[in-house]
Amino acid sequence: MRSSPVPQGVAAEAAPSVYRGILVVGGGIAGITAAVEAAEAGYEVYLVEKGPSLGGRVAQLAKYFPKLCPPYCGLEINFQRIKKEPRIRVFTLADVDRIEGRPGSFEVTVTLRPRRVNDRCTACDACAAVCPVDRPNEFNFGMGTTKAIYLPHEMAFPMEYVIDDKACLGSECAKCVDACRYGAIDLTAESRTLSLKVGAVVMATGWRPYDAARIDNLGFGKYPNVITNVMLERLAAPNGPTRGKILRPSDGGPVRSAAFIQCAGSRDVNHLGYCSSICCLASLKEVTYLRQQDPSAKAYIFYIDLRTPTYAEFAQKVLSDPNVSVMKGKVASVLEDPQTKCLMVEAEDILRAEKITLTVDLVVLATGMVPSLEGAKLDAGVKLDGGSFVVPGDSGAGIFAAGCARSPVDVATATQEGTAAALQAIGAIQGAARR
Amino acid sequence: MDKKLGVYVCSGCGIGECVDPERLAAIATDEYHVSVVRTSPAFCLEDVQLIRDDVAREGVDAVVVAACSPRVKTDVFSFPSASVERVNLREQVAWSHPPGEEETQSLAGDSLRMGITRAQKTRLPTPYTEANERSVLVIGGGVAGMTAALGAARAGVRAILVEKTPRLGGFAARLWRQIPTRPPYRELEEPGVGALISEVASEPGIETLTGAEVQRISGQPGRFEVTIRRDGELTSATVGAIVLATGWRPFEAPALERYGLGGSPNVITNVTLEEMARTGTLNRPSDGKTVKTVAIVQCDGAGDEANIQYSGSVSSLVSLKHAMYVRERCPDAVVYVTYRDMQTPGPFEYFYKSVQEDPGVLFTRGNVTQVSEDGTGGLVVELADSPLGGGVRLAVDLVVLATGMAPVPPDSEGLGLEYLQGKGLPLSKYGFADSNFLCFPYETRRTGIYSAGCVRKPMDLAAAARDGSAAALKAIQVIEKSSAGAAVHPRVGDLSYPSFFLQNCTMCGRCSQECPFGAIELTPGKNTPFVLTNRCRRCGTCMGACPVQIISFDDHSVDMVASMIKAVEIPEGDEEKPRILVLACENDAYPALDMAGIDRLQLPASLRIIPVRCLGSVNAITAVDAFSRGFDGVLLLGCRSGDDYQCHFIRGSELLATRMQNVRETLNRLMLEPERAKVMDVEISGFDRLPERLDEFVAQIKGLGLNPMKGF
Repeated sequence: MRSSPVPQGVAAEAAPSVYRGILVVGGGIAGITAAVEAAEAGYEVYLVEKGPSLGGRVAQLAKYFPKLCPPYCGLEINFQRIKKEPRIRVFTLADVDRIEGRPGSFEVTVTLRPRRVNDRCTACDACAAVCPVDRPNEFNFGMGTTKAIYLPHEMAFPMEYVIDDKACLGSECAKCVDACRYGAIDLTAESRTLSLKVGAVVMATGWRPYDAARIDNLGFGKYPNVITNVMLERLAAPNGPTRGKILRPSDGGPVRSAAFIQCAGSRDVNHLGYCSSICCLASLKEVTYLRQQDPSAKAYIFYIDLRTPTYAEFAQKVLSDPNVSVMKGKVASVLEDPQTKCLMVEAEDILRAEKITLTVDLVVLATGMVPSLEGAKLDAGVKLDGGSFVVPGDSGAGIFAAGCARSPVDVATATQEGTAAALQAIGAIQGAARR
Repeated sequence: MDKKLGVYVCSGCGIGECVDPERLAAIATDEYHVSVVRTSPAFCLEDVQLIRDDVAREGVDAVVVAACSPRVKTDVFSFPSASVERVNLREQVAWSHPPGEEETQSLAGDSLRMGITRAQKTRLPTPYTEANERSVLVIGGGVAGMTAALGAARAGVRAILVEKTPRLGGFAARLWRQIPTRPPYRELEEPGVGALISEVASEPGIETLTGAEVQRISGQPGRFEVTIRRDGELTSATVGAIVLATGWRPFEAPALERYGLGGSPNVITNVTLEEMARTGTLNRPSDGKTVKTVAIVQCDGAGDEANIQYSGSVSSLVSLKHAMYVRERCPDAVVYVTYRDMQTPGPFEYFYKSVQEDPGVLFTRGNVTQVSEDGTGGLVVELADSPLGGGVRLAVDLVVLATGMAPVPPDSEGLGLEYLQGKGLPLSKYGFADSNFLCFPYETRRTGIYSAGCVRKPMDLAAAARDGSAAALKAIQVIEKSSAGAAVHPRVGDLSYPSFFLQNCTMCGRCSQECPFGAIELTPGKNTPFVLTNRCRRCGTCMGACPVQIISFDDHSVDMVASMIKAVEIPEGDEEKPRILVLACENDAYPALDMAGIDRLQLPASLRIIPVRCLGSVNAITAVDAFSRGFDGVLLLGCRSGDDYQCHFIRGSELLATRMQNVRETLNRLMLEPERAKVMDVEISGFDRLPERLDEFVAQIKGLGLNPMKGF
């Protein structure tokens, strides 16, 4: 990997006006895959990530379904590949503002927000040790805090600290500047604009969880023990806010029972019309976290259809656990017992045609995926559908989408699409060079 | 020939506060007589220039950087003409051990000794290259295969597309309509396969051979020799890489009989209905009567053996399409779709909704228990567990079974590999071309041969097209890398490869059996091994397997590890200072140890850690060596094995576990407790539990007492 020095486009041999570089927007698993796969086939890649480190959503997951293996394993291999690959340039805290042009010749404007920590950083932690400000830890969805200068997480790549502008007290404080022996902190650093010339673009901008507070009847934001599926991933992760223990947010108490509510936002015309594809399998996976932690814990899954494409066997295995029950039906309401902070889940069990009420310690909402491009200003000839997913055929020639920018998909599909988009990008460049 | 070492001891990031860098520098000077030894408060900053100057002007060709983990500052500590050895004093010493203690200093000293020894023994690998062919063979002319061929050709790599039937198109050419691929995802679309066939036909970079079959493949990435049979004649071709896209076949099993398949002519599969729709006759097969009621049966009941356990969403989507066919052709007909869970992920939910809006399509949830004839040509479908309570009986004219997609077995059709390990791709549990990895779906166990489409897993046409593109890229990549003699995933760019000291070979063939990638063949008649380097993924499993240790890499060998073991100072007779050799998988266990350090978790100071490419590369002799040198325990940290294995070299930890049986027997003979050697599964994210697990092992070793062979 080469970091920073502002690159000029590299022209394809045959046609000097055609650029051989590929812009990959988004440093999650689809974008990382597109970048390394294209670079290892011999193409220059600019990998642009809006956050402070690569890895995207998968870095926040405790495990993948159906193997129940850790996402860090594949990320480690990919990061090693990036480190060894001189054709990849990584830009973090970077926003793509504009993409203009045609296959073989796009001009891209990127804004680099200041990290305020430069590549002299050794990640020694001396700065965080003296920082007086605590801020909510967004990597943990607001559970727990970090200092205003912090390392995003143990696997962060690049392995460099970053300052949260909004939380930092600035030059009046500057304790971190004094503590840093390596001159790595510059509190006055400003945004920079970068222009890149590339031959093709891969949009791998990913997703964010649907705002569960918008679903009135499920109690998220009102009751502390109603959490989302992504929050549960952080609770179960060894580097999460509870160091891997699934505890009740209200009192740190044990979770002896949990209700997993599917389609929290998805398949609902009032929220997200589409199916988010992965939530059923994700909930089944999350059930195993709880069951592994406490052999007597009980899990209840409320669903419309249990969607487990390709991995029905995994689903069967989880459901064969006598402490796991599934109920087909929509949840009418979640209410809290103010004394115990336990939750009462009221639902209609369609198959038994009866109303049921369950009292549980924790409610986990399977919140759906919202494409990150929703509400984005990016004007790049990228055509979005009603759900804000990229419509590949209708987007400008030379621009390709992969992963959850295109539709809600699991990791195996995101890596497939990242690889496919890399080839399409290469094809667009070669096609332009032939013309 | 002698190397000139430069040793650089950094005191930054807390190393200097934890251990004495001058004492470490003295080890290099006094024990190893290294002439260039420097210290710095931060070698990764301006002082890296000192190293660069030594390489450029002092002739240093083996750099030992005793500083942070090799996982960070990789670009800074990279000196093209010199080998670089990183000694991890930061994450695995200073950040994970108490400062100022003699045991911590001793750990740092031994780490440096091992690093210097490694630097002395390592050689910059010289790549093996041979004439390289920039072309791809694509086997299978369906959507995945055609897209792969087009993708390769458009990226500038010539493709040979081999299809066994007389024409291109695969299953897609047999479709009447296809499921929606674009917003608003409500309308069926004309199959796009015709356009794809013409694109292939007009692409000059593709040579299409229909009515042809691949008979034999030998060689390796960059240079596969392929024999193709066409019209009874054999032709040969040389290609750089291969995409296997042989597709799927309808899953038709005896278990479908209980739905009446084979019993009544009016029970058909979704494949037959597609055929009927395309040829224009949607009538009842028994008497040609127009159908008035149709049941489309999902066969997805609980534990339903008629449905394959790996089914994707295609059969649900096809059922929706088929409901539309019936309604379009026979507007008066009523269609029941019976299902347990409709698999319509993502935007296909809109498609599902649109079909639900049709009052003539009734979705009936339940498990089909029986399909029987009513005696007048009609059929009765009985369902249990319906939401309406109890059983439901549907009287229909036609039953369509939504059967799943099974892979065309890649071993019997299509490859004919002349590999000692077999003719086909190793298969996953259900018969798909094997890739066990969610993160790396194209990593088959035959380097340079990538599977795409439904031979890899069930998928719809759009996904098969993407899969074809992706596999084509992997094919281009392997051609690119092999032309430079470099490895592909996961040790991308590695130029080293195994070499064999054949004078001592016992011709046991174990290396060729244990190689996860079939990279080692045996010379006919002599049975001595040779490696096809472009098949090799450089894991070192062969090195671990060889009972007489004749296999080595330029930069990694059994001898090198033995020398590193020898370099460790073993305290004599101090019960509180046991020494434990740790061989740690470099991709998972080693980063986990680093992350323990990043979190400032405390690790036992008695461990002496050597990263290895894979536990599979650890030779049994290494453990025996360690005990005979006086180590009190040996710990092997690797990845999970079994069905859901995580080892990126497939069976590394499993193979090692088998080898360790022999080690334990040896220990028994030496009157040493077998529990002194242990294989431990360590996940990369399991760093939080490492201190506890490692402490426990150290306590166990202390409980056994010191190795009585110490000092012999």
